[in-house]
Amino acid sequence: MSTGSAALPRIMTAREDSPIERRPAPPASHQGAAPWQDWLFERTTLFFALFVLLTLVGILVSLAISAIPAFEKFGLAFFYTNVWNPVTKQFGALAPIYGTLVTSAIALLIGVPVSFGIALFLTEMCPPLLKRPLGTAIELLAAVPSIIYGMWGLFVFAPLFADYGQPLLQKVFGDIWLLGPLFQGAPNGIGILSAGIILSVMVIPFIAATMRDVFEIVPPVLKESAYGIGATTWEVVWNVVLPYTKVGVIGGIMLGLGRALGETMAVTFVIGNAYRISPSLFAAGNSIASALANEFNEASDPVHSASLISLGLILFLLTFIVLACSRLLLAQLAKGEGKST
Amino acid sequence: MTNIYRKRLFVNRFNLVMSLSAMAFGMTFLLWILYVLFLRGFETISPALFTQMTPPPGSAGGLANAIYGSVVIVAVATFISTPIGILAGIYLAEYGRDKPIAQVTRFINDILLSAPSIVIGLFVYTVYVAKVQQFSGWAGSFALALIAIPVVVRTTENMLRLVPSSLREAAVALGAPMWKVILKVTLRAVRGGVITGVLLAVARVSGETAPLLFTSLSNQFWSFDMSAPMANLPVVIFQFAMSPYEEWQNLAWAGALLITLTVLVINILARTVFRQSAVR
Repeated sequence: MSTGSAALPRIMTAREDSPIERRPAPPASHQGAAPWQDWLFERTTLFFALFVLLTLVGILVSLAISAIPAFEKFGLAFFYTNVWNPVTKQFGALAPIYGTLVTSAIALLIGVPVSFGIALFLTEMCPPLLKRPLGTAIELLAAVPSIIYGMWGLFVFAPLFADYGQPLLQKVFGDIWLLGPLFQGAPNGIGILSAGIILSVMVIPFIAATMRDVFEIVPPVLKESAYGIGATTWEVVWNVVLPYTKVGVIGGIMLGLGRALGETMAVTFVIGNAYRISPSLFAAGNSIASALANEFNEASDPVHSASLISLGLILFLLTFIVLACSRLLLAQLAKGEGKST
Repeated sequence: MTNIYRKRLFVNRFNLVMSLSAMAFGMTFLLWILYVLFLRGFETISPALFTQMTPPPGSAGGLANAIYGSVVIVAVATFISTPIGILAGIYLAEYGRDKPIAQVTRFINDILLSAPSIVIGLFVYTVYVAKVQQFSGWAGSFALALIAIPVVVRTTENMLRLVPSSLREAAVALGAPMWKVILKVTLRAVRGGVITGVLLAVARVSGETAPLLFTSLSNQFWSFDMSAPMANLPVVIFQFAMSPYEEWQNLAWAGALLITLTVLVINILARTVFRQSAVR
């Protein structure tokens, strides 16, 4: 630099060019071997990181634009009208939203206790030799494609459920006040309840794996002191492990809920594809995802497809909120872990 | 005193038995699903499955075009998503770190990781298929790539963060520029883990059905043309399984077995690769 700056003023008066162009390049060893390559590499990686961000923005914007015709026609009533008629071109999202929420609720109702049991088994009871293979087996359950669950549900589970499960449920709960109406109707194996049960099998691995991971971050000293004063395994888990990992456990459940809300294939096979809201869980229904899978390709009318796209937008926003809460909770637990150890 | 003691012991035993049965419940479903899959799938698996086209209703055939289409669509998706995912992961782990932009990207990436895949298909439909007015293999690949990218980003970043700073500092002290340090030292140190990430992404997308419904659709015939509708296993399975024809349903089971075996083998392969790199 110093050699160049001496000659600089003379050049500037001689010509009116920009002085920067005339400045000699810094020696190669000055700033690392190749600053421009570094600059280029950093920008390239930044570009692709931003690409991920833009994907999300792109999804929101493009779905919102494509959904405009539906909202123009139906307004806010789209959210709370229970009608879906491609012939008269009247569409309302209430039935699919109801189906999505109810199937996910059933999935969590069954899935959460079972996942907790599995996580408890894997962290506290399992012989060390089996820990890895059994943990892997649960993770493989998560890897099985969802369409397989759907086929299994339709061809194997639904007939068995219709023959044995549903009559049993009717016998046990049929006469109980408030619970009875939930189990009315013909037991044909297809419907909201079947979809919820199959969803629960699908979300169990996700919730169980997260719960196991958060249970494992509990400092051994905490558990050992509880065991030391004579607590049973269950008391250690219920009074020490669970309070310590509360936030992470809720995060894991929300993660499972996010999965359940958007699951398509497993639900489409067994939910029955009917736009109606029935008090009975045996009745056929529809979730947002299954409505899309069944109808989108056949929707030729612009209002029909715009209505389906608005369903997709609603689903995306719903899962976005649930997953965002889940990630925030899990991040909070990870931060707490860093502080306490 | 003894009463309380007995009650505590009972509660403990009862709950541990419940936990054991929860584990058994989970394993039962895994084994049950695999059992049915093998039983029904192997009935139909024969050389014809790999040599003949998907048949019209009521006649025999195979899944050759669907298998080929699936392989091509997934391969293209992998080629698109791998570099994007790895570079974005490098940014998050090496440059961005705790900058706000990196934190936001990480957060969004985690959400996209479990975003409903059918919405991704809808997105590719609105921005690509609706514009060119045709379902195509390319669109299917784009949709699958969008699902694979977050998986690759996540594993690449996690792996790079495991590299001790001393390794980077040693390379920088020798005068290597940052991009060389990253590509030749840190990335190389964790390549096993990064490959695992890519494999897991492949396993994840090869079973995806929902995003292909509105993008690649399907095709009854053999097709090399990526810009036209392309047959692929998941959508063919969906159509055949929902149909009333027995031949189609049998083919659907065979296809389901093929997909599940592929996904499980890739998963197990990825785990063994990862274990090797963790040991080293």
